[in-house]
Amino acid sequence: MSYAGWILLTASLVGLSCGIIGVLLILRRMAMMADAISHTVLLGIVVAYLVTRELSGVHMLIGAIAAGLLTSVLVQWFHARGVQQEASIGVVFTTLFAIGVVLIATKVGNAHLDVKHTLMGEITFIPWERIELPFIGSIPEAVFILSIVLIVVLVAVLAFYKEWKITSFDPALAASLGLPVVLMHYVFMSLVSVTTVAAFDAVGAIMVVAMLITPAAAAYLWTDRLLAMFALSGGFGVLSAVSGYYVAAWLDTSISGSMAFATGIVFMVSFIASPRHGLASRWFRHRAAGGAAPG
Amino acid sequence: MMPVLSVSGLTASYRKNKVLNDVRFDVQPGTLTSIVGPNGAGKSTLLKVMLDLHPRLSGSVRFFGKDYSKAKSRIGYVPQRGSVDWDFPTNALDVVMMGLYGKIGWLKRPKRMHRDLAMGALEEMGMAAFADRQISQLSGGQQQRVFLARALVQDADLYFLDEPLAGVDAATERAIMDTLKVLKNKGRTVMVVHHDLQTVEDYFDQVLMLSRSVVAHGATAETFTRENIFRTYGGTLRWMGEKLG
Repeated sequence: MSYAGWILLTASLVGLSCGIIGVLLILRRMAMMADAISHTVLLGIVVAYLVTRELSGVHMLIGAIAAGLLTSVLVQWFHARGVQQEASIGVVFTTLFAIGVVLIATKVGNAHLDVKHTLMGEITFIPWERIELPFIGSIPEAVFILSIVLIVVLVAVLAFYKEWKITSFDPALAASLGLPVVLMHYVFMSLVSVTTVAAFDAVGAIMVVAMLITPAAAAYLWTDRLLAMFALSGGFGVLSAVSGYYVAAWLDTSISGSMAFATGIVFMVSFIASPRHGLASRWFRHRAAGGAAPG
Repeated sequence: MMPVLSVSGLTASYRKNKVLNDVRFDVQPGTLTSIVGPNGAGKSTLLKVMLDLHPRLSGSVRFFGKDYSKAKSRIGYVPQRGSVDWDFPTNALDVVMMGLYGKIGWLKRPKRMHRDLAMGALEEMGMAAFADRQISQLSGGQQQRVFLARALVQDADLYFLDEPLAGVDAATERAIMDTLKVLKNKGRTVMVVHHDLQTVEDYFDQVLMLSRSVVAHGATAETFTRENIFRTYGGTLRWMGEKLG
């Protein structure tokens, strides 16, 4: 495949998995947790590197899950002891992220990790870092990891579709029906963590938040059905990723930045034009209602 | 007769304030009980603590002589309408089917049979025509009826409802109370957190008067007296006097 082809495939995989996970983030009102985890996985990656002394995908994924779980456990722990939810998120993630930054700057900064790379990502290098797979041949490692993560996310979401739905909509009922609400919360946090770290290399810690939240927030405006929201959000993610790449190529600018910007455009269009909740339809409805009234 | 619910020495706190203190009562099968008390009396917390949704500091709660975890499938819970996000992308029928998720089991999709059960419950609540309606497009009363229909499909022996009549229209209030009476006549036990003191005598045969601990509990006719109301509501009685005439 061509260089541009690999980048587009990588970006689309990021858009798809982030778009799907994002739906649950929005519906569970946990958008801020995505922001937190996207930063604290850095600590997980650094610690995984310090322990194993190599930057392989599997170690990074395990480190990311551990960091994501630590983040959500700590946030919950402080919140249960009277700290506001947002304040708790803010304190925990900045502290863990700071530890990651300090460790990078002192111990491993000369290796393959640096702060700028993890914050901004560097999708342009991805086609060069390849691994050899049986039957498939040589493909970029990021594409391999992102494909695995996408499969895990898809299987987890579809297999437990009704369980995700009920624990998101009404956790109290779910608990009273005997569903393991707390366990599912932490499984979900793990899914957010692996998705984040897989998308990390491509778009970085800050842009991954845009890929997680914005397509799902846009999809929410278009549909009243959950399955359709998943499909639309994944679609918006891919659309943003692909169009972002071409905008970046056209303007000769940052690819991850353009992709995140494209999600913003998709959201703005949705916000104005969506039939149910959009500004335009609201304005028309308002005018129709006003016109019908006498005087 | 063995009580369906037996609570003793139940104590719980919320943000370091003790909201329930040594709560003890037994509930007999086939009764329709209202739980009344002033704001902050711990009515909702009592339900949550009994159902393990809020931690308890001490005390015991036995359902049908067993622990909650062993009796879960026989208990139905209807949380306050405001406790969920009604903008959630789903329709009325789907919400009702959620009441069956425990029975459907992991990894399985709802079948035709479950759909029919949910439709039947919606019909019972006069909501069949709204099955496909997105839940945010329903009025408050209709949303509450959907919640009731969801409780019905659970086919439980013991129901807890948290303020099901708060902010609903008169038709919904009638529909809900009729449904609860049908349940009671079938031998089910129903406990309702209730705020409208004027309707307690008409709607409920038992009353549990709560103000952090149980002030009075028993048949409404004997228990729901001016004296007990005064003891439950204390300083807020002036407002009460206007209400009760």
